[in-house]
Amino acid sequence: MAEKKKTCELFDCGHRACGGCGAALTARLVMQAAGTETIVVNSTGCMEVFSTPYPETAWKVPWIHSLFENASAVASGIEASLKKQGRKEKIVIMAGDGATFDIGMICISGAFERGHDFAYICYDNEAYMNTGIQRSGATPYDASTTTSPAGTCSFGNRRPKKDMPAILAAHGAPYIATASIAYPADLKQKVEKAINTPGPCYVQVHAPCCTGWGFEGDQTIAIAKLAIETGLWVNFEMVDGKVTKVKKVVRKPVEEYLKTQKRFRHLFKPKRQDAEIALIQAIADRNAGKYGLDINLRKE
Amino acid sequence: MMEITEGSHAVAEAVRLCRPQVVSAYPITPQTHIVEALADFVANGKLDAEYITVENELSALSACVGASAAGSRTYSATTSQGLLLMTEVVFNAAGMRLPIVMSIANRAVGAPLSIWNDMQDSISLRDAGWLQFYAEDNQEATDLHFLAYKVAESKEIQLPVFVCFDGFILSHTYEPIDMLLQEQVDQYLPKFDPAEKLDAKDPISFGMYATPEYYLEFRYEMDQAQKRAKDVIAKAGKEFGTMFGRDYSALTVGYLLDDAETVIVAMGSVCGTVKDAIDEMRAAGKKVGLLKIRVFRPFPSEEIAKALSKVKRVAVLDKNISLGAKGGATAIEVRDAMYGSMIPVKGYVLGLGGRDIRKKDIKEIVSLCENGIGDQFYGLRKELI
Ligand SMILES: Cc1ncc(C[n+]2csc(CCOP(=O)(O)OP(=O)(O)O)c2C)c(N)n1
Ligand code: SF4
Ligand SMILES: [Mg+2]
Repeated sequence: MAEKKKTCELFDCGHRACGGCGAALTARLVMQAAGTETIVVNSTGCMEVFSTPYPETAWKVPWIHSLFENASAVASGIEASLKKQGRKEKIVIMAGDGATFDIGMICISGAFERGHDFAYICYDNEAYMNTGIQRSGATPYDASTTTSPAGTCSFGNRRPKKDMPAILAAHGAPYIATASIAYPADLKQKVEKAINTPGPCYVQVHAPCCTGWGFEGDQTIAIAKLAIETGLWVNFEMVDGKVTKVKKVVRKPVEEYLKTQKRFRHLFKPKRQDAEIALIQAIADRNAGKYGLDINLRKE
Repeated sequence: MMEITEGSHAVAEAVRLCRPQVVSAYPITPQTHIVEALADFVANGKLDAEYITVENELSALSACVGASAAGSRTYSATTSQGLLLMTEVVFNAAGMRLPIVMSIANRAVGAPLSIWNDMQDSISLRDAGWLQFYAEDNQEATDLHFLAYKVAESKEIQLPVFVCFDGFILSHTYEPIDMLLQEQVDQYLPKFDPAEKLDAKDPISFGMYATPEYYLEFRYEMDQAQKRAKDVIAKAGKEFGTMFGRDYSALTVGYLLDDAETVIVAMGSVCGTVKDAIDEMRAAGKKVGLLKIRVFRPFPSEEIAKALSKVKRVAVLDKNISLGAKGGATAIEVRDAMYGSMIPVKGYVLGLGGRDIRKKDIKEIVSLCENGIGDQFYGLRKELI
């Protein structure tokens, strides 16, 4: 047996996430960037459940979980409390896409409007995984989930992903970014910026879920990378509401991404659904147009 | 210092004197005057607190959860719909053993919409783990806040407290109040110093998830703390009495109980009306008394059983109804407290949605009880049903 590795991770071993979990990797990377002077607020969901089965915890920083929908309100209170005590710890919220895009919207809107100082990290695995892979407002078009199942009358989720960064930009958030576990250095840099920029900042991290999306646990990084390379996930930064940086790519067709996951299997079997695949390609094309994703090979 | 003050302002002043570091609340009638007064204190440097103007009640209490866990004394106030909206956090705050104090200006709950007083709101949350204090008048409403922080923050308890007082009837009424001075409050209520808090120097996890191997014991510990609270209230209430002359050690308070044959059990402002009615009935030769319940959680079962052990009959007034059960919560619990005795306990659900309760109603209830009639709504308008 290999010698037990001594770690100095702040999100440490012993958690119960599935092997290859993108959310667990997000937690580790975020904490590497955040450091010890951090208080973490976690919403209900996979991360909270796999990291803190009483009496054990994977967190080596102060950590609190209250409810599914209220992490940003809890963080507001912590911020006020620290201010009154003259304490300097930074506050990092770790919340799933369901907690962020759906049930937490009111609390998030309130906290961002009030301008509390925290970094809100949404680990986006594009569904409610903890309760068994139900759709959320972050579930992509045509993904099959247990509440948007593909069937003889359905191609899965009928709506494209909600544009959460734009909603928070409209609240005047000073720093907003999207990131991916496939690009850890970039992710950590963005988390650091979010923490160090005063005011409510937001980083949305693409965090593939092997169990919910239907792929082998050793493919997590490869799939996260394909999301970027096909233009279905865009890594960008927004400062004061303006896009300042975009990760450009030589784009691959979306089906290279779709084919890797069982949640999109119905687009290929029993019959290839060209019209649906074209609609998803159009989403990637729109992203490319909106963010200027494409590297123009001929010019370079 | 005596002053004539509106109930809400007296409560706000008491809260100010308790020096909360974080206040987080959302306006709702009839609680608004309290949160407006606190905002005014902060705006004018009379209260050194962070005042978080949240976007709804769920966030109001959630912010208190965060602030309290991070080591600050926190305060909120609400009622009715607001309390129900924050229900999930109400349970959560108690489960995390956070000593938050929240004022409840008691109000009916919709539908139909009603802004007027009854106690359905806080009574409906009797199983949430919070201690529940009920004030008879504004002096009590004021003083019970000092007691609330003292008990909540006691290391043996670490549970949040509702301080309940009747909306409008108390919250909007001017009464003479003997208000404590800052030095007095500081002497009574030490600085908040939680045993555990969110702190980078000593990281701990709050609000973890518990498997069936652990959950039951968490609830048991909370129940034990509720039970311990009886003694802690007695001690803190007595200390208050020694220092300031008003003793709050008793969870229940009797009025002309000694030789009483019929005893009314009630909570809140209606006790004033009941006492006046009793005085008149006594003058007419009827041996009637009152047992006021000041602390509803922990429920003073033994105290009630003892206080009522020699009476002939008991009439329990409930400004709440456990729909589909045998009356209101107080009657059900008093009956449980009296289990095994042959003394009849009759419940009367009245005053819901602000319906006035007058002396003559109290007298009529006493005669109903004497005739063995009860466990019913009182004061229904027959033409409407
Ligand atoms: C008020 C409330 N409604 C529903 C639930 C059930 N629930 C717990 S976690 C969860 C989904 C979490 O989804 P997400 O935020 O995306 O996190 P993930 O599990 O995917 O990591 C749901 C629906 C709950 N705990 N609380
Ligand atoms: S279900 Fe998905 S998000 Fe949850 S622990 Fe497993 S891989 Fe991670
Ligand atoms: Mg999710």
